[in-house]
Amino acid sequence: MVPVFFSYFSLVSILAGVLTVALPNPVHCGLALLTLLLHVAGLFLLLNAEFLFVIQIIVYAGAIVVLYLFVLMLLNLKTDERVLHHRYAVILVAAAAICGGLLLMALRSPFQGAKGHAPVEAVLQDGGSYAIGITIFNEYLLQFEIVGVFLLGAIIGAIVLAKTPTAVDVEPE
Amino acid sequence: MVPLSAYVAVSAVLFVTGLIGVLIRRNFIIVLMAIEIMLNAANVNLVAFSHYLESMTGQIVALFVIAIAAGEAAVGLAIIIVVFRGKISTNVDEINLLKW
Amino acid sequence: MFEVGVKIAVSLTQISIVMGVVLLTVMFLTLAERKVIGWMQDRMGPMEVGPYGILQPIADGLKLFFKEDIIPSGANKYLFTLAPIIALVAALVGFAVIPFGPNMRVDVFGVQVQPFVISDINIGILYILAFTSIGAYGIILGGWASNSKYSLLGGLRAAAQLISYELNVGLAIVGVLLLAGSLSLVKITEDQCCWIWNWFWLAVPRGGGVPIPQILAFVVFVISAVAETNRLPFDLPEAESELVAGFFTEYSGMRFAFFFLAEYANMILVSCIAAALFLGGWNAPAPFLQFHGSLEHLAWLSGIMWFAVKVYFFLFLFFWIRATLPRLRYDQLMRFGWKVMLPIALGNIVVTAIAAYFFPR
Repeated sequence: MVPVFFSYFSLVSILAGVLTVALPNPVHCGLALLTLLLHVAGLFLLLNAEFLFVIQIIVYAGAIVVLYLFVLMLLNLKTDERVLHHRYAVILVAAAAICGGLLLMALRSPFQGAKGHAPVEAVLQDGGSYAIGITIFNEYLLQFEIVGVFLLGAIIGAIVLAKTPTAVDVEPE
Repeated sequence: MVPLSAYVAVSAVLFVTGLIGVLIRRNFIIVLMAIEIMLNAANVNLVAFSHYLESMTGQIVALFVIAIAAGEAAVGLAIIIVVFRGKISTNVDEINLLKW
Repeated sequence: MFEVGVKIAVSLTQISIVMGVVLLTVMFLTLAERKVIGWMQDRMGPMEVGPYGILQPIADGLKLFFKEDIIPSGANKYLFTLAPIIALVAALVGFAVIPFGPNMRVDVFGVQVQPFVISDINIGILYILAFTSIGAYGIILGGWASNSKYSLLGGLRAAAQLISYELNVGLAIVGVLLLAGSLSLVKITEDQCCWIWNWFWLAVPRGGGVPIPQILAFVVFVISAVAETNRLPFDLPEAESELVAGFFTEYSGMRFAFFFLAEYANMILVSCIAAALFLGGWNAPAPFLQFHGSLEHLAWLSGIMWFAVKVYFFLFLFFWIRATLPRLRYDQLMRFGWKVMLPIALGNIVVTAIAAYFFPR
């Protein structure tokens, strides 16, 4: 069963990725991006990462892409006449070469490494979210706090940037 | 059983797709979307290695990547709105005031 | 192979029963809303079809079914068709993890099944949040694909409102999750066993101890749930005096009925979540108020009845609020969400976390 689901999720996510890059209308691109995110979430599920599965849907699909679509509809963008870089053919050929090289390396490498201390059985015993919580608050607490400060900075930055500049009152002389 | 290299291959293809998007698309918002594709490709890689090497670290880094992506989207879209307000365009080629 | 077949058959039976009950409740709600609001405003409500108008939902359904299905010429045909389906599916999928009765196991042809919950997954409540956020796309896409300015404005308002209030819903439930120590709705309801003060709105530990009441979170959750389902006084996405009908201005016939069904199914879903998280789900307020003694084997029936009573209480609350309060202005809505609800929810998390650390349950 797993290989069937894997091929479905991976093929659709790659297709959606290509459409995100290739479609002319920005709103359609946003919808293709949404499809990609949902299918990548499916890949997470196959890898026993059910907490990341819901976080991917809640944060990416539920907030980030909604934000993109919101801005796209607010700006009411028309499809541009010239959507692509003027030398896109060169870039495409170079990218295809890079992609081929990467695939060759990925498929030939044996990918051996030192095993960690979270085998599948241990994770499944209490659920993936429990394992993530224990690890994050024991070993990665500082990084977690840094991400919190980063998000606070991002929120303040976004508000300051997007705030409508108010006219400065000039005293009549 | 799906081999690890299959996940790595999917991730590589997605990453290159995102890279192409950043390089050839001229709409600022779609460039940001292509960056999201690249971040997702990295996440697939991290979670796949986390599963096959039996360590939670990969999943936690993926969680951080999602948080960073949220911040990036918020600030990036705010910048787009500011630029669009002054100059009715989201074409990255026309945003060249700092170039001389 | 036989086991898988039995499991699939049991799941399909459960799904069809739950869907049937939900859709029947929606039918009943459309009538109940008009009747209740009618009585509150000293009117009769619908009286023509059947005795006291009880066949009105069937007449409404037939009307919507036979109406001409119009797609505006400037609309994006595929997205216009897809939007109501997304909205309805996202609303119905959430019922998969709601526990409707006691957590028991029944032997069906040698396979253990849980009869009163379709799927007991260990991330249940997050799963519901995830699919509610997918439901927002139905509204946004419907507004955009109609190619009409009223629809677009309604869709944009809905997007901003849903993001703002989903945050409050998500933060309000964190206190409960801290106390229960689980994300599974089945475990959360089981934790609230026995007396009315053991439910998480007062949260007295079962063996006695320091209570950590979640009543503030409960209030925040209910208010944000009203806002998330686009009901009065937060129905700005479909405010008829400003936007005709908001995001479904251009919809007619069956597609309109889908949006309508989705709105009511969402109401039932948030009522179920509120009942399961804060009011003890299927637990009776006191042990003697459920079947016991010689009727012990029917205890599940009283559990389902108590769950239904709680859900209907919330649904009545929805109608009551609608009949009482006027609509907010948009800036008031946003200020209320971000400057009143959000600090309360965050403060509740901090207090609950500290209390749960010093007085572990």
